[in-house]
Amino acid sequence: MSQYRLEVRVKPRPGLLDPQGKAVHHSLNSLGWDGVSDVRVGKAIYIDMDAESADAALEAVGVMCRKLLANPVTEDFEVSLVGEAKDAGS
Amino acid sequence: MKVAVITFPGSNCDYDLYKAAQQVGGDATFMWHRERGLAGYDAVLLPGGFSYGDYLRAGAIARMSPIMADVITFANAGGPVLGICNGFQILCESGLLPGALMHNESMKFQSKDVFLRVERADTLFTADYEAGQILRIPIAHGEGNYEADKETLEALESEGRVVFRYVDSSGEKSEGANPNGSWHDIAGITNESGNVLGMMPHPERAMEELLGSTDGIALFTSLVASLQTS
Repeated sequence: MSQYRLEVRVKPRPGLLDPQGKAVHHSLNSLGWDGVSDVRVGKAIYIDMDAESADAALEAVGVMCRKLLANPVTEDFEVSLVGEAKDAGS
Repeated sequence: MKVAVITFPGSNCDYDLYKAAQQVGGDATFMWHRERGLAGYDAVLLPGGFSYGDYLRAGAIARMSPIMADVITFANAGGPVLGICNGFQILCESGLLPGALMHNESMKFQSKDVFLRVERADTLFTADYEAGQILRIPIAHGEGNYEADKETLEALESEGRVVFRYVDSSGEKSEGANPNGSWHDIAGITNESGNVLGMMPHPERAMEELLGSTDGIALFTSLVASLQTS
């Protein structure tokens, strides 16, 4: 068993209205950032877990996303390994 | 008629629902979300509030509660389940109803009375209304913006599963009548078999003339009557 840290990025699906992103977009424009043409607000979730392998950890977190972390109706997700895996057995 | 009112950590409309059920002659019981077993109950009510502080997504954590496994079994066996506000969000998260409730288009929490048109008066929750009747019912939510994919919306419309729609006081669709930006002005929907209703407005807060409206009473009398005849 090794310990892995994974990052889950959950973001609103394309085409769906993202009122939060819209509000931030307007605020950035009003701060003078005229070049900002779109803002979408998602969330990042960090998970530390023990797993047999990096692939097993990625697969498990994919299942977590489908079951709980993301709503498939409105959100897309991406999972990646971040940081160094360290031996958690000792 | 035995009615279970499920209380989650952060529910805040559970007493209103309990009182509403009692008012129409229901024998209401509170059930804590950690309890199990709905045998002997005739209907299940999921209250509004902010279960688990709306963490992750409104309703997402509550639907993992132990009691929800029983609510799903109860609903799939044809038992009537009514979810109001956060209860509607929990029903969508649990898969008992399709779609999802997103942040209000305005990004503001909306707390006010709205007008609803009764689209279907032939459900077990609405038989005591007239089709086309206009109701005045309070809302209080930040995430009531109903969205679903195109196929789901088409199915909801073609199968007549949109039970309540936001309208203006004359019963027409109009700018400003929809408080949250929900698609097709949807305020409440049923599942395919019609025994699960989710709605954002609060009929349990429209039970007393003193509090501004009694338009919610017929929803609860409909439910009680449907259970007595079945």
